[in-house]
Amino acid sequence: MLCAMRRVFVAVAIVAAVAVVMRAAMLEAKPTQVAQPTQPVTGARLRGPEAFAGIADPAERSRALFLEASRVLTHPRCINCHPAGDVPHQGMTLELHYPPVVRGPKDRGVVGVECAGCHQDRNLELARVPGAPSWHLAPIEMAWVGKSPRAICEQMQDPKRNGGKTLAQIVEHNAHDKLVAWGWEPGAGREPVPGTQEQFGRLVAAWVETGAKCPPEEARP
Amino acid sequence: MTIRLRVNGVDRTVDADPEMPLLWALRDILGLTGTKYGCGQALCGACSVHLDGQVVRACVTPVRRAAGGAVTTIEGLSPDGNHPLQRAWMELGVPQCGFCQAGQLMTAAALLKAKPRPTDDEIDQSLAANLCRCGTYPRIRAAVRKAAGLPEK
Ligand code: FES
Ligand code: FES
Repeated sequence: MLCAMRRVFVAVAIVAAVAVVMRAAMLEAKPTQVAQPTQPVTGARLRGPEAFAGIADPAERSRALFLEASRVLTHPRCINCHPAGDVPHQGMTLELHYPPVVRGPKDRGVVGVECAGCHQDRNLELARVPGAPSWHLAPIEMAWVGKSPRAICEQMQDPKRNGGKTLAQIVEHNAHDKLVAWGWEPGAGREPVPGTQEQFGRLVAAWVETGAKCPPEEARP
Repeated sequence: MTIRLRVNGVDRTVDADPEMPLLWALRDILGLTGTKYGCGQALCGACSVHLDGQVVRACVTPVRRAAGGAVTTIEGLSPDGNHPLQRAWMELGVPQCGFCQAGQLMTAAALLKAKPRPTDDEIDQSLAANLCRCGTYPRIRAAVRKAAGLPEK
C-alpha cells in the first residue's frame, strides 16, 4: 500500500516537473517572438532616425535622437580620447594610456612622445597599435569622460567648446571625419561603437533638424 | 616597391614591402643596427629614431611613411659621437646593458632641440615612455640636465 502510494506520488511529481519545465521554456521563448521595436537595443545595434519618427513633438524627438546618438558618443572607443585630464584612456574600462603619455600643448603629445610617433594613418594589425589620419586627443574643453549625454549635448553645440563649429559643421564632422570613423573600424579585436558612421551621421543631422534639443540630465541611452 | 629616403644625411634606396617596419629596413636592409628592437609594439622606445625631426618608433612606422623623408638614427646623431648628450652619457657612465640607450638618446636629443633648457617635468614627460630594464633612469635624467648645461643634481 505504502509502496503504491509512493509510486503515485513519484508519477505526480514527474508530471508536475515536466509542466514546470515546459512552462519555463514557453516563457523563455516569448521574448524572441516579440516584434522588433521593443527589443532592447544592445551591443552593435543603433537605431537610425526613422525609429523615432513616431514621436510627434519635434523637441521630444530631438532629445530622443541625441540620446540614441549618445550610445556612440559615450562609448569607450570615443571617450578614451576625450579625457577629462591630460592622459588618454584605453580599453573598455578606461584605463590610462600605456605607454605613459600626456596631452601636450596641442593635444598631440609632447616632444619625444607625440601621438603620431606611434599611431599611423591606419590600424596596425600585427602590433595592434590603433591608427587613423591625424590621431590626437580632443581638446580639454571637449572632455567627455564622466559627462552625461546632456552635458555632451550642450558642449557639442557651444562654439566655445566645440572648436568654433556651426551645427552644420558638427553634422559634417560626425558623419565624415576620418578619425571619428575609426570608432567603427577600431581593429585588433576591439569592440566598435554601435551602428555605422552613416547611421550616426543621420542621427546627428536629424537631431539638428529637430532643433538640437538636449535630453534631461538624468537621461541615459 | 622601391622607396627612397635620406638616412643620416645620405640618400638611400630600399626595395621593400611598403608596410615593412622602418626598423626592419634600417637594421636588416641598411645594416644600421644601433637602433634596437625591444617590443615591436610601440611600448618600450628602444627603436626611437627621428623622421623629419620628429621622434617615431621605428618598429611601428611603415617604411612607406619615410619615403622622401629624412631619418636620423643613433649612428647619425653626430659625426663623431660628440653630441652634448653623447658626451654627458659617457661622462656619467649612463648605460648599464645599453639596450635602451639609443632610444633614450634619440628621444633626449629631440627634447633638447625643441627645449634647450628643459624643466625636470619636461624631461620626465618626454622620456617617460622610454623604458630601461636596467633602471638607469636617474643617470639618464642627470645626463640630460648636464648636456643642457643645467645642474646634474
Ligand atoms: S621596439 Fe619599438 S617601441 Fe619597443
Ligand atoms: S641600460 Fe639596460 S635597458 Fe637601459
